Amino acid sequence: MNIKENIKKLIIEKPLKLDCGQTINNFPLAYETYGSLNEKKDNAILVFHALTGDQFVTGINPITKKDGWWSYAVGPNKSIDTNKYFVICANVIGGCMGSFGPSHENPETKKIYGTDFPVITINDMVNAQVNLLDFFGIKKLFSVIGGSMGGMQVLQFISNFPNKAKTVIPIACTSNHSAQNIAFNELGRQAITADHNWQDGKYISQNKVPDKGLAVARMAAHITYLSKKGLQEKFGRKLQERDDLKFGFDADFQIESYLRYQGSVFVDRFDANSYLYITRAMDYFDLIKQNNGNLSNAFKDTKAKFFVISFTSDWLYPTQENKEIVIALNAIGANVGFVEIKSDKGHDSFLLNVPDFLKTLKNFLDQSYLET
Amino acid sequence: MNMKPEFKIISDLIIRASHVLDVGCGDGVLMEFLIKEKKVNIRGIEISKTKVQNCIAKGLTIIEGNAEEDLKQFPDKSFDYVVLSQTLQAFLNPEKVINELLRIGKQAIVTIPNFGYWKIRLHLLLKGTMPVTRTLPDEWYNTPNIHLCTIKDFVFFSESKNFKLSKSIALKSNQPSYIKKSNLSIKNLSSNLGIFLIER
Repeated sequence: MNIKENIKKLIIEKPLKLDCGQTINNFPLAYETYGSLNEKKDNAILVFHALTGDQFVTGINPITKKDGWWSYAVGPNKSIDTNKYFVICANVIGGCMGSFGPSHENPETKKIYGTDFPVITINDMVNAQVNLLDFFGIKKLFSVIGGSMGGMQVLQFISNFPNKAKTVIPIACTSNHSAQNIAFNELGRQAITADHNWQDGKYISQNKVPDKGLAVARMAAHITYLSKKGLQEKFGRKLQERDDLKFGFDADFQIESYLRYQGSVFVDRFDANSYLYITRAMDYFDLIKQNNGNLSNAFKDTKAKFFVISFTSDWLYPTQENKEIVIALNAIGANVGFVEIKSDKGHDSFLLNVPDFLKTLKNFLDQSYLET
Repeated sequence: MNMKPEFKIISDLIIRASHVLDVGCGDGVLMEFLIKEKKVNIRGIEISKTKVQNCIAKGLTIIEGNAEEDLKQFPDKSFDYVVLSQTLQAFLNPEKVINELLRIGKQAIVTIPNFGYWKIRLHLLLKGTMPVTRTLPDEWYNTPNIHLCTIKDFVFFSESKNFKLSKSIALKSNQPSYIKKSNLSIKNLSSNLGIFLIER
C-alpha cells in the first residue's frame, strides 16, 4: 500500500449522502491531471474511467508501470490533446487506486471495511467527483468524456449538473444495464465470492487474496469486451506452443492461454471487493427509472452539445442502446450528434487503436473548442 | 466542392436563423452553405459512415442514421424546414418519408431530378435503354434511385395528398423559373430538376 501513498488525493470534507442512505465525509478522492489549465479555466476535460480503469489515463501508470488505459486517445497531439486541454480523471469511489473504497480502514471500528463498505452508485461516484471542479476553480468543463461505465458517469454527471459542461461525450454505453449485462456481472461476483480465500470479504486482514475467483471474473468479462470475429481472427483454433492437442486440461489453445494471462495480470492490480462494488454500481444504474420512465427528462435542463459514439461489433452495449440516448435527446430538441464506428474489436474498441474513432473524437473536440 | 446549383435556390427559400434539418446531408456542403448564408441552426442526418465522419470534421452536428427509420425520433414541428435534396427517389417508401418530413418540419423543401426532362425522354425513345445522365449517373442495375418521378408526377402526387406546394421552381441549365398550372407540361419537359417548398 505504501506505493499508493504518493497518489494525488483530494480529501472531501463536505458530507456526501449516498443513494444507500449512508453519509460519508472526510474521504479521499484520488485523481491525476494532464496538460495545464488555461487562465480562463475553460479548457478542462473530466474523463471518467470504466470498471477496471483508474485515474492514470495516459503515460506510464506509476503503480502498474504499464501504459495508461487510454494512452491511444489522450496525450500531446492525440484525440484528447493535452497540449490544448487540461485533463482530469479521478479514481471512482469504491475503487482501489487511492479513492475511498472497501480496502480502506473504517475509522470507527479500525477494521478494513470489506463488505461493510456502503454500496455505492454511479450517482454517488459523480457527486464525489464534482468536488474536483471546486478544487480547481473550474465553473464549467469544456467536456465530460467516458466509455462504458465512464459513459454512464458522463450521462449521470450532465443530468446532475446540467450547466457544468459545454460538451458531453458518452461512448459505448447505455442508460441502464440489460439483464444480460447484470448476468455477466453476477457471474464475476459469484466467481469471487466462491473463492475460498475471499473469506466473506475479510481477506486483507487474513493476508489472503481471492486471486483465482477474481481472475475467473476478469476472464469472463474480458470475453464480453471482444467480438467473436475479433477473437476468431486473432486466435482461431491456434495452439499454444505445441504441435498437437495434449489430451489434458492445460492451455492447449492460444485463447485459453491469453485469457489465463489476462486473469493473472489483473489480480496484481485490482481488489476483489472493489470489483464487487463497482459491478454493483453498474447494475444499479438506471437513468430511465431515475427519470420516471422518460430518459429525456435527464437532459431537459442542459444546453450542452452531445456527441454519442458506438461501435458496430460492441455486443455488450450495442449501438441500439447508445441510440436510445440519441433518441431521448432528439425528443427534446437537444444538440446531439451520433456516429457508429466500424470496428471488429468489440466493446474494447474505444480503448484500442481504432483510427476512425480516434480521428472522429479529435475532430469533434477540436471543432467544438473553436466554437467556444 | 460538390456545390449543387439548387443550393442557392434552397437557401433563398429559407428564413435567416431558422431551425433546419438536412435529411441525407452527405458531406454537409449544403449545411455549410446555409450556415454561412442564413446563419441557420442546422442538423444533418446521413447514412454513410464516411460522410458522417467528414461532417464531424467540419464541426457540423450530424446523426448517423437511416431517414426511413430514424426520423420518427423527432417530435412534431421540431424544425422550421426539413430539406431533402435529390434523395426522395432513393427511398423504399417516398410517401412515408414525405409524411414524416411534414410532421417534423413546419415546411419541407424537396428537390427531385426530373425524369420527364426531354433529354431523358429522348434517350429512352432513341436508344431504348434506361437513361443515364449527369443527375442520374447510375445504370439500371446499380442505381439507388428506385422511385424516380417527373415534376408532373410530383405535382399530381402533392395534389392527391392535399399537400400545399407554396413554391414550385424548375431548374433548366441552372436557370430557375416558377412552375405554374399553365406551364406545367412545358416545365416538365424543359427542366432537369424540380424544387418544391411544401407544407400541409
